Amino acid sequence: MLDKMILGRYVPVDSTVHKLDPRSKLLLVFLFVCIIFLANNLVTYGLVGLFTLLLLMLSKIPIRFLYNGLKPILFLIVFTFILHILFTKEGELLYKLGWLEIYDGGLRQGLFISLRFTFLILVTSLLTLTTNPISITDGMETLLHPFKKWKLPVHELSLMMSIALRFIPTLMEETDKIMKAQMARGVDFTSGPLKERIKAIIPLLVPLFVSAFKRAEELAIAMEARGYRGGEGRTKYRQLKWQTADTLLMLSLVVLTIFLVLLRS
Amino acid sequence: MRITLQDVEYRYQINTPFEHLALHDVNIDIEPGSYTAIIGHTGSGKSTLLQHFNALLKPTKGSVTIGDRRIESGRKEKELRGIRSNVGIVFQFPEHQLFEETVEKDICFGPMNFGASEKDAKDRARKALKQVGMAEEILEKSPFDLSGGQMRRVAIAGVLAMEPDVLVLDEPTAGLDPRGRMEIMDMFYQLHKERGISTILVTHSMEDAARYADEIIIMHRGTVFKKGTPLDIFSQPEQLLELGLDVPDTVRFQLKLQKELGIRFERICLSVDDLVSEVKTVMGRGNQ
Repeated sequence: MLDKMILGRYVPVDSTVHKLDPRSKLLLVFLFVCIIFLANNLVTYGLVGLFTLLLLMLSKIPIRFLYNGLKPILFLIVFTFILHILFTKEGELLYKLGWLEIYDGGLRQGLFISLRFTFLILVTSLLTLTTNPISITDGMETLLHPFKKWKLPVHELSLMMSIALRFIPTLMEETDKIMKAQMARGVDFTSGPLKERIKAIIPLLVPLFVSAFKRAEELAIAMEARGYRGGEGRTKYRQLKWQTADTLLMLSLVVLTIFLVLLRS
Repeated sequence: MRITLQDVEYRYQINTPFEHLALHDVNIDIEPGSYTAIIGHTGSGKSTLLQHFNALLKPTKGSVTIGDRRIESGRKEKELRGIRSNVGIVFQFPEHQLFEETVEKDICFGPMNFGASEKDAKDRARKALKQVGMAEEILEKSPFDLSGGQMRRVAIAGVLAMEPDVLVLDEPTAGLDPRGRMEIMDMFYQLHKERGISTILVTHSMEDAARYADEIIIMHRGTVFKKGTPLDIFSQPEQLLELGLDVPDTVRFQLKLQKELGIRFERICLSVDDLVSEVKTVMGRGNQ
């Protein structure tokens, strides 16, 4: 049931994007999120779209898999689109039927915002799809290192993040198991009136929380038993390596930014 | 209730890079009132298989017939509650499914989902609790205050209270102490004998399989490798050992005796008493 979720999931394929340094991929996501706001007309959105498409193709993640995984979010995108069409009343009136008025500006806004949304989701999920969680945290830790001066608990943060990422699949599995156990006891999660379905969540959430807390405690004990005492003086088994491809990626982002600035209206 | 699986295939995460074939060409017929043991290595498809018995999973190919309901691949199924109330599953570590404030409410949860009245459900809860060998006092306690073994029993009572015709057990005694293990397995066997509940036991314990089952199904790499009576199955211990599976202690003892003393047994013994008498006759023959 939860098989198709792709948020936070790593797909081990051999591709150019997979081989990039996690730091460059993190920077890519961060910068991409910023520069996407530069796009404000068809040409610039086209450019951003092209860039996204190129990355997706390089990553060798099957498009169909992406599509299936993002289906749940598609609803949100369509919803924003419709909302904009109905309520943004700018520009020329294109169509009128009773109370329904569609304006040129609303159409544009709706289209652009849903596109922006799609690109953002694609690029951010590309990060987790092509980078295994440990590398992401490693990259994060190195990138945030300078902030240590200002007492930012960098190591603790990255540890928290890697634990959180590590336990997503475990919790999913657990959810699936408990769901099935309760379905065998007559709970119907997928049909019936909304009120019933909301009530059906309790038998799922309670056991899930209980086991998550238990797991957390066990993990803490196991870490302590193995002598964990924070990041002080800790060395890394996996060393990050910045390669030409990473520099190229950064350069392409710079080029994209320049074009966006020049072509935006 | 009869359960029949025909050419069942199951793929996890079909159409994704993670697609993986868990079951293929499975043909199984579970007769009403029988006791079947399913054995096999981890990853042989046992757990996937058992989820087909009450339509928690639908086959990606083939069909499953449960009583008079036929579940086929590629069809949307509605209203599966009927099946689920007739086929109870005790999952591995069933104590993970407890969630209510009191033991009583938790045991009543299943029956009430299947339409039992509150009074009826409470009666059933009392009965089920007695069956699993627990005192009525704990009905008002929170299930989270119980010990691990007690939680297990309460969770099992929650499935028994549904009064299913078929009971599917996925290693119901994993992680229990030897005595609790015996008690629970004997309890299931008694239910099977007294009420004619068809029982399907997924287990790693060859002792349990040999002792309780009428039929044993060996799963290997996602398909049925062999099925037969315990005697059939354990008469070829070499085959089992080759698959990395164990044989019951009595059989292992016989094999060792044959090897060390150079004697030959004519038949395989599955109980200690049987083994004693067989050893007596074989040794007696040697002394003459």
